[in-house]
Amino acid sequence: MSAEELRRIAVVPAYNEERNIARVVAELKEHDPGLVIVVVSDGSYDRTGEVARAAGAKVLQLPFNLGIGGAVQTGFRYAWENGYDLAVRCDGDGQHIPAELPKVVAPVVAGDADIAIGSRFVADGGYRSSATRRLGIRLLALVVSAIARQRVTDATSGFQALNRRALELFAADYPHDYPEVEGMVMTIKHRLRLVEVPVEMREREHGRSSITALRSIYYMVKVLTALFVGLFRRRVVPLETSRRFDGGSQGAEAPALPAPERRSA
Amino acid sequence: MIADSQTPLKVSIAATAASLVLVLVVFELIRSRRLRERYALLWLLTGLVLVVLSAWRGGLNTIAAWLGVRGYPPAVLFAVGLLFVILVLLHYSTVISRLSDQNVILAQRLALLEAKLRDD
Repeated sequence: MSAEELRRIAVVPAYNEERNIARVVAELKEHDPGLVIVVVSDGSYDRTGEVARAAGAKVLQLPFNLGIGGAVQTGFRYAWENGYDLAVRCDGDGQHIPAELPKVVAPVVAGDADIAIGSRFVADGGYRSSATRRLGIRLLALVVSAIARQRVTDATSGFQALNRRALELFAADYPHDYPEVEGMVMTIKHRLRLVEVPVEMREREHGRSSITALRSIYYMVKVLTALFVGLFRRRVVPLETSRRFDGGSQGAEAPALPAPERRSA
Repeated sequence: MIADSQTPLKVSIAATAASLVLVLVVFELIRSRRLRERYALLWLLTGLVLVVLSAWRGGLNTIAAWLGVRGYPPAVLFAVGLLFVILVLLHYSTVISRLSDQNVILAQRLALLEAKLRDD
């Protein structure tokens, strides 16, 4: 099936990105005019929502800041409930290059993967950032590779393409705070097919990343704790044997939250 | 000046066991998804610090001497435990404040939304 036959949507989380968001939306539109663009404004107090709407995006305005995980999941739920076949996530700060989308989308459209993730490190994509940051990203990639028993090179990339199976999983259950790392492990444990594709990313042009030094420490501790505790959770049942909700056309019921996992017998 | 006293072995064992139970309970709560990592980290830190101080008698004695606690080194365990409980409570107070603010915003937005739906 070619990409044009699929109902496709871009989920763009944005927090106070009034200076970057118009360009992101414009580039996405230019790249694929048939792509519906949903900007999830995560409690922004600048004009992110207005600017995005003016640029031609649908805007989901969250009443307060949920954090990147909650914002992205809002977009995934919208995509799931409205029956989209293919969703891409592309961050609103402009670091993900819409022209690179075909590479990320290709494995999902071809049916080779349920989720494809753009990696800065599969090949030398020329990505430059601080040494400690690169070290942290590498360390997380190693930990995820060991836990998931599948080699990954960039566990913190938010540049992703998902089919409906992956959307179904993430609409129902998505990690809070910083979701990429745990999301990757979740995907593989649910036996969805995950592939990485090399992409280029660029430095953000305006504003600062929301990740500061203190937050990086919290981030590493929180993610490593979550991954460690996750090792002791009962194996998840593959989705196909536990369909929680139906195929989800227009107006399908909201995905039920999975029952909290209780002590296994 | 009286010589620094030592932590009794029994106290050390009992305190270590109690701290370990705290760590295990917190761990299990995270595992069963009844406690989010975000709100569990401070509890885990509390438990781990108490485990270390309880099990490492030499360390506890030394710290007690530094702090001028001459008579009964395990008193430091109480102090540290109390300090962390206060930290956790303060943290939770900020969390509750944020939640109640968000709750107000949600209620207001819901009322506005309902009004809009009725008007149409």
